[in-house]
Amino acid sequence: MLDYETLKLIWWVLVGALLLGFAIMDGHDMGVGTLLPFAGKTDVERRIMINTVGPHWDGNQVWFITAGGAIFAAWPLVYATAFSGFYWAMLAVLWALFFRPVGFDYRSKIESPVWRKTWDWGLFVGGFVPPVIFGVAFGNLLQGVPFHFDNDLRSFYTGTFWALLNPFALLTGLVSSAMITAHGANYLMIRTEGDVYRRVRSASLIFGTLTLVLFAAAGVWLKDIPGFVITSAIDPNALPNPLDKTVVMQAGAWMQNYSLYPATQLVPTIGFAGGLLALIAAKFHKPLIAFVGTSLSMLGIIGTAGVSLFPFIMPSSSDPRSSLTVWDSVSSQLTLGLMLGATVIFLPLIIVYTSWAYKKMSGKVTAAFIHANDKSAY
Amino acid sequence: MISTELVDLSRLQFAVTALYHFLFVPLTLGMTFMLVIMESTYVITGQQIYKDMTRFWGKLFGINFALGVTTGLTMEFQFGTNWAYYSHYVGDIFGAPLAIEGLMAFFLESTFIGLFFFGWDKLSKGEHLLVTILTAIGSNLSALWILIANGWMQDPIGAEFSYTTMRMEMTNFWEVMLNPTAQAKFVHTVSAGYVTASLFVLGISSWYLLKGRDIEFARRSFRVAAAFGFASSLSVIVLGDESGYTLSESQQTKLAAMEAMWHTEPAPAGFNLIAIPNEATQSNDYELQIPYVMGIIGTRSFTKEIPGIAEIKEKNRTRIQSGILAVTAMEALRRDKNDDDAKTQFEAHKADLGYGLLLKKYTQDVAQATPAMVQQAVDSTVPRVAPMFWSFRVMVVLGFAFALLFTLSLYYTLRDTFLKQRWLLRWAVLMIPTPWIAAEFGWFVAEYGRQPWTIYGVLPTHLSASSLSVESLYGSLSGFVLFYTGLLIIEMYLMVKFARKGPGSLGTGRYYADQTAK
Repeated sequence: MLDYETLKLIWWVLVGALLLGFAIMDGHDMGVGTLLPFAGKTDVERRIMINTVGPHWDGNQVWFITAGGAIFAAWPLVYATAFSGFYWAMLAVLWALFFRPVGFDYRSKIESPVWRKTWDWGLFVGGFVPPVIFGVAFGNLLQGVPFHFDNDLRSFYTGTFWALLNPFALLTGLVSSAMITAHGANYLMIRTEGDVYRRVRSASLIFGTLTLVLFAAAGVWLKDIPGFVITSAIDPNALPNPLDKTVVMQAGAWMQNYSLYPATQLVPTIGFAGGLLALIAAKFHKPLIAFVGTSLSMLGIIGTAGVSLFPFIMPSSSDPRSSLTVWDSVSSQLTLGLMLGATVIFLPLIIVYTSWAYKKMSGKVTAAFIHANDKSAY
Repeated sequence: MISTELVDLSRLQFAVTALYHFLFVPLTLGMTFMLVIMESTYVITGQQIYKDMTRFWGKLFGINFALGVTTGLTMEFQFGTNWAYYSHYVGDIFGAPLAIEGLMAFFLESTFIGLFFFGWDKLSKGEHLLVTILTAIGSNLSALWILIANGWMQDPIGAEFSYTTMRMEMTNFWEVMLNPTAQAKFVHTVSAGYVTASLFVLGISSWYLLKGRDIEFARRSFRVAAAFGFASSLSVIVLGDESGYTLSESQQTKLAAMEAMWHTEPAPAGFNLIAIPNEATQSNDYELQIPYVMGIIGTRSFTKEIPGIAEIKEKNRTRIQSGILAVTAMEALRRDKNDDDAKTQFEAHKADLGYGLLLKKYTQDVAQATPAMVQQAVDSTVPRVAPMFWSFRVMVVLGFAFALLFTLSLYYTLRDTFLKQRWLLRWAVLMIPTPWIAAEFGWFVAEYGRQPWTIYGVLPTHLSASSLSVESLYGSLSGFVLFYTGLLIIEMYLMVKFARKGPGSLGTGRYYADQTAK
């Protein structure tokens, strides 16, 4: 069996990978939802957009559910503390997501324009709100969150929902939203033609540019945000107990990893390079490359948040020693090892059959397709 | 300190969201397999009508499935949002099956369900059938892992408490996975799902037959449902939770409560057909008993005794007293992990740690618990009898009613005279909602019967909740109720609309609704 330290590090990478999988896969559906009321002017155009993700949104959503389950299993304290602390934010995500399954499945079952337009806005909410909140959540993690543990490791969150909506967090929320919208636009470019294609290509260029500008702005701002540092000796193989350490806030601490391990500078670089690649590809009508570009860009952007925070996952601003890190929020060595085994077996399988599903459903969704499948298509 | 009001509201929210979710799960579990049967028949015989059946019943299935997904999202996240201490305390064990469920089952089900609906023209016949089969396997595997997690809540084996990390940790994954309680729950739950789906198809088909429309379509659907439902309704009874009764303490407590057995009776105990349980006197005001039956069902023997409520409580009193020593030793070890006396004391009493924690509801310092508090804790270890007693009976009576309905349906199917048995068809229509009632009561018996624990004998419900404000809970609970009720109304509207329209809703031009539309 792998030693505890290695497993803890692997799980940091794996949770990141699941979140990235979520962003790439569910992200493009959410981008479609965000663009739906704007890029689709007629009912048929909107149905074209919805049907590009019709067969896939449900499978894609499982990335979100599995990431949640994996955080529960691998980082139980993070699952417990973050989800209960960010209570209303989590509920907002959940309630926004409620509109998707029913929106997709019910929208076109009834012909009334009011019914359909209502669900279109539901799908917009389901696509727009979650990425904004996830971005806001990362913005708050980077500033530290007001919570502490008592001696029994019961967590107490002492902030409010409104305090989450501070300027820096709103900026990271916009980064996330712009990134997901550009990604969805690139996916739509692959699967549509004509007017919808033209509109989503403009959206890809606008939101792609916006992502890069906002990401750069957030990076500059981050330099001024005090980070956190563990000041006691770290034993990465120790049994996890977050109260066993001392932590201080320190200016510039979030930049430390980049100078300590210069290779990590590659991560934000990929964020920018991927975004640029996507912009150039969209410009020259190469949607598949544009989609790869925004996927890489998301790897870089999410990775940047992870690397900046490392080894912290959820720093506490009100009681720094309660901060959760990759060393002390984890489950037991046995569970981490077991979960790694399950992931190694199933994740490649999932990627194989998901690819098969996309391959089988590939091709442009056209107005002719919608008319021919009026009763069965979304 | 966590208030009782907060805990009660958190429980209520969990119950509401779980019961809503469980309105949509059983149909999904069973319908996917019925679709496999119909589509296999289509692929083997090449008859178009079986394809139409797969598509039409699939359409109704889809309307239900959308809400299953919606309400399922909540389930995955509310352990963290509302049961944070629970999540921390048992996440090491409980989180694993949930994550594996995602990886192994939910991805499979959700990826292929999309192809089921959208792949008719893009996949070969064989490929499409494979997709349907994988969807069915995925949804049922999903239930397996969820019930492994739930089974562990009822019967927490393969794990141990660690005072360093202040939580339960997995010691043996195979024990958790092959937990007999979990396996018994799994077969019982999926069988109940198959019954639900069979009755759904049977009932709606009967309605078409009574109306004299889409006869060929409805006849074939009726037959499939009668056969599948007959097998399922027998297995739901035989494989009922009965098989797990004597295995674990949680089952013993539930059994005593749902049978209103206040005292241990000489073996083999009688079965209370009807009783009026009285909490105040801890006895039944009235009972109608069938001798021997309970002892035989519960222990599969004539000589083993089934413990009654009073005896269970007395045993728990000893455990609570031992648990006080476990809690004080654990707290000493949290202050100084090298305290050898505390270590010895903890090792001697750690099996009763959870029972000591029960007292935390009444006092922070359990060493100072008064005899009155101990008595309160003792009394809390058995759930209220009347709700358990009656819920169980509703479920069982319905279970036998399903078996009767399907036996008759199969009998007349085999004689090929069911079209003439209008009384049977009417019965089938009227009984459409009843499997859901049985399932909801079954959930109640299993989970209310687990109280006062979230993890039986390990973690009291009172300690499990998140430290949220009562206002937050009122807000979120109302939000869930409003949201879910609204969605349920929409779902029912669509379900009824499309069920009434029948296979004509496929727009193939071959069915009743196609004719009337012209």
